[in-house]
Amino acid sequence: MSQKLTRESDVASGQPEPTPPPARPDPKRPGETIFRGFAVGAGIAILAILAAVAAFLLIQGSPALLADPAELATHGYGEFVEWVLPYVFGTVWAAVLALAMAVPVAIGIALFISHYAPRRLAQPLGYIIDLLAAVPSVVFGLWGSNVLATGVQPLFTWLNANLGFIPLFSGQVSGTGRTILTAAIVLATMVLPIITSLCREVFLQTPKLHEEAALALGATRWEMVKMAVLPFARPGIIAAVMLGLGRALGETMAVTMVLSGGRNITFQVLTSENPNSIAAQIAQNFPEAFGLKTSQLIAAGLVLFLITLAVNMIARWIVARRAAYSGAN
Amino acid sequence: MRIKPFAAAALVTATALAFAGCAANETPAAGGTTGGSQTLTGVGSSAQKAAQEKWVADFQTANPNITVNYSPDGSGAGRSQFIAGAANFAGSDRPFKDDEMGAGKFAGCAADSNALNLPVYISPIAVVFNVEGVKELTFDPATLAGIFAGKITKWSDPAIAKTNPGVTLPDAAITAVHRGDDSGTTNNFTDTLNKTAPEVWTEAAADTFPAAFGGEAANGTSGVIQAVTNGKNIIGYADESQAGTLGKASILVGGKALQPTADAAAAILDHSETVPGRDANDLAYSLNRTSEGVYPAVLVSYAIVCQTYKDSSVATLVKDYVGYMASAEGQQAAAQAAGSAPLSSALQAKVKTAIDSIK
Repeated sequence: MSQKLTRESDVASGQPEPTPPPARPDPKRPGETIFRGFAVGAGIAILAILAAVAAFLLIQGSPALLADPAELATHGYGEFVEWVLPYVFGTVWAAVLALAMAVPVAIGIALFISHYAPRRLAQPLGYIIDLLAAVPSVVFGLWGSNVLATGVQPLFTWLNANLGFIPLFSGQVSGTGRTILTAAIVLATMVLPIITSLCREVFLQTPKLHEEAALALGATRWEMVKMAVLPFARPGIIAAVMLGLGRALGETMAVTMVLSGGRNITFQVLTSENPNSIAAQIAQNFPEAFGLKTSQLIAAGLVLFLITLAVNMIARWIVARRAAYSGAN
Repeated sequence: MRIKPFAAAALVTATALAFAGCAANETPAAGGTTGGSQTLTGVGSSAQKAAQEKWVADFQTANPNITVNYSPDGSGAGRSQFIAGAANFAGSDRPFKDDEMGAGKFAGCAADSNALNLPVYISPIAVVFNVEGVKELTFDPATLAGIFAGKITKWSDPAIAKTNPGVTLPDAAITAVHRGDDSGTTNNFTDTLNKTAPEVWTEAAADTFPAAFGGEAANGTSGVIQAVTNGKNIIGYADESQAGTLGKASILVGGKALQPTADAAAAILDHSETVPGRDANDLAYSLNRTSEGVYPAVLVSYAIVCQTYKDSSVATLVKDYVGYMASAEGQQAAAQAAGSAPLSSALQAKVKTAIDSIK
């Protein structure tokens, strides 16, 4: 804003355009040097922090990773891979269920704000969505376990009675409603604002010319969105979904409070016995853990770290592969 | 894009200020030295939390120059902090096992000193239920074990009906809720099922609820209570003092239906033997859960201290504070604040003898 004003006043006073900045920092402008140093420092710091976290997880978790399986069985939680696998599954399964619910809704809201809603409605709606991102996860957890679980339980019973032939809805319905589906609904609510606000920004960047060209060819609003907006925004949408996935994978408090987590691998989403998530498992058991058990939990944290890393790298790769469509051109 | 130098400078200044702000906030937390007063640190069992809060408050009122910090981080944390010497005493829902004991293993104790396990907190574990239209329930141990092991799945099961004549039970599925986190409550409850119904409950006692038996998990005592309260046709187990208005089931012991009361629970230590082969002052009990007239599901929580402390001033503090915990007055205070069962007077005397031996 202020920059624009300055430029206008420059033009108004008839001054010539300032020369382009020199490639090397100008010794007469200490601000350049300071800012450059700060930016480089910040960039290095984030790498150092990441490396420190990875090193911590490796060092503290290694006793469990290197321990004899028999020793883990007596002093830990049991053989590592066999122990951690259900939690890996639970983490990914809950996040996938959450995204399956959140992504279509998020894209719908973002499209509504960017292309359908009148400006007067679009802006406050955007603020409200951003506000949702500021609700602490413990509050989502309380809501999920006290209100949502009780509320969806009759629906779960109905699903089981009428659609129980689908493996997803089979099994013995939980009497409390604290199942992985409820946890996924809570997670979906939590990742919704992230995906929505990113998608909205991307949709708004669609070149006006593309949109107008589509409309000029006689496309309806939906056809225009399909032809011009969505193809342009695809890498942005994928990046947004991956960010949401990262949040869903690592969410701890809400899952701990909502999910009845056990140690089984199952695709049934309505029963009492659900695979716990890694983060919730760590949070639940860390207080009582000591010795090898502590190491084993930290090693599970390392596994979660690697999953998140893999997800982010895949996201980067997808975005880079589709760079031709990105907002750069 | 160009960045005006003044904007860059402003950004740098703002960032510097922000960091300075952080640093300024963090400084006072590191300080806080004791001005002539003494501090005693305890870490451990969250089951003891309410009782410890009451004990700390009473003790500090009586001794204004002593500060007692008890952080209820969990029994496991308490034991490892005690081993590392970071805690002067530990609160633990089980005593140290034989292979964990031994002179020289505890950093805060003198080199030739072993640890002492002293029972200070007894609490009955209630079987809580929320079943439509049912106010009272009675189970024999085998039925109870069957329910939590996932072998009895309907409220209308004949095994339940047999011990509850005249009660209309719904033809609905049972949701059995257990603790999802490791806890001493689970350890004592599974030990109860294992001792009273070994043919049904085939798994040994453990802090972790056996995965083989399934059922619904909830986090912490509050999580279990919440799940039972909010759900339908639910059964669970939790510290009796936290059960609130939920229905508490009776357990049949030798033909008598016993409620989880303080008296029925406290009797358990009078019927149990201490772990053999330990120092006379070590009061680690192996609980006898099958004796007549004793409510079997009881949690006994210990204060773990050194026989001899490295620092004799710490020893004095521990003797005063743990002595208060185990006194008649302290036990009564805990009973009121936390709903625990006071130690019998015979046991209070034994614990006192042990505490007097601390050096």
